[in-house]
Amino acid sequence: MSSQFVMYDEEFQRINRVCERLTREANAKVVFLGDKNGQLIACTGQTENLDTTSLASLMAGQIAAAGGIAKLINEKEFNQIFHEGERDNVHISIVASRVILVVIFDSRSSLGLVRLRVKKASEELARVFETMMRKTETGAALFAEITDDDIDNMFSE
Amino acid sequence: MSFINYTNREITCKIVYYGPGLCGKTTNVQWIHAQTAQEARGKLISLATETERTLFFDFFPLALGQIRGFKTRFHLYTVPGQVFYDASRKLILKNLDGVVFVADSQDERMDANVESVENLLTNLQDQGDELSKVPYVMQYNKRDLPNAAPVDEMRRLLNPLGAPEFEAVAPTGVGVFETLKQVAKLVLADLRKNT
Repeated sequence: MSSQFVMYDEEFQRINRVCERLTREANAKVVFLGDKNGQLIACTGQTENLDTTSLASLMAGQIAAAGGIAKLINEKEFNQIFHEGERDNVHISIVASRVILVVIFDSRSSLGLVRLRVKKASEELARVFETMMRKTETGAALFAEITDDDIDNMFSE
Repeated sequence: MSFINYTNREITCKIVYYGPGLCGKTTNVQWIHAQTAQEARGKLISLATETERTLFFDFFPLALGQIRGFKTRFHLYTVPGQVFYDASRKLILKNLDGVVFVADSQDERMDANVESVENLLTNLQDQGDELSKVPYVMQYNKRDLPNAAPVDEMRRLLNPLGAPEFEAVAPTGVGVFETLKQVAKLVLADLRKNT
């Protein structure tokens, strides 16, 4: 239960660079990365009017539901999910078994191009997450220093 | 599972409101959302049926303040209470950091409460968790109703672990923030224990 997922600046910058390149190379409107628990990790492209926190939670819900369906039909997992809209389309894939990569694109791109670029980006992202998981395991003892007073103070206002 | 982000110095934790159908999980979360300053909260998302019964989950992010220079954010989720939505409940329980059990105090809902607590235990066990090790708070909701069962009896039936407990009337906010604060404290204390 109490395991943690820790992200440091170095990995965040690497992830952001991969997402920015994917946005460019796939002609995407938005590239979005979240984890399976609904936490936003990174988001690049036209994100100004996008509620990224809600998006992260709903994407995680969707991947969880798809995983549930996969189990019912004896499939391991659906690695890719595609939504086709009137204007915009959404391509969702799972990276390194635990992270959700979402690409939102319109008619300036195509599903074929997106899939091709996602494949390359996924390999790079998987390497970054491998490093992240190693660092998480070795762990920062930051919160070991939290006192009861620190916690109480948060609620004293 | 908490998410610690050193880039924007944020900790995010997941709290799940559990309980039988119509016990007031969504009402708890709606009250918190309505009473929280706009800058401290995100949008409330409800995946509900046309009759406003929770179909998959309600969700909103809540910022609670800083601790050692880190902003703390809590993602609040509710599960669908009706028995037949068990598959959805299991999905939402994954990687949680804390649980609030909302019990319906009405006498005639006691069986549903007991069944739901047992369902929570089973679902946690299925994912390798134990309720006794999870930050956990019990809320006896609907205390204002004339058919509310005595708290002693509810404690005996629903809270053998002796989790911190609160009496509540969720539509008017009685006990709602007290419950949330307690589970948030337990989650942060747990975070300390596990680092």
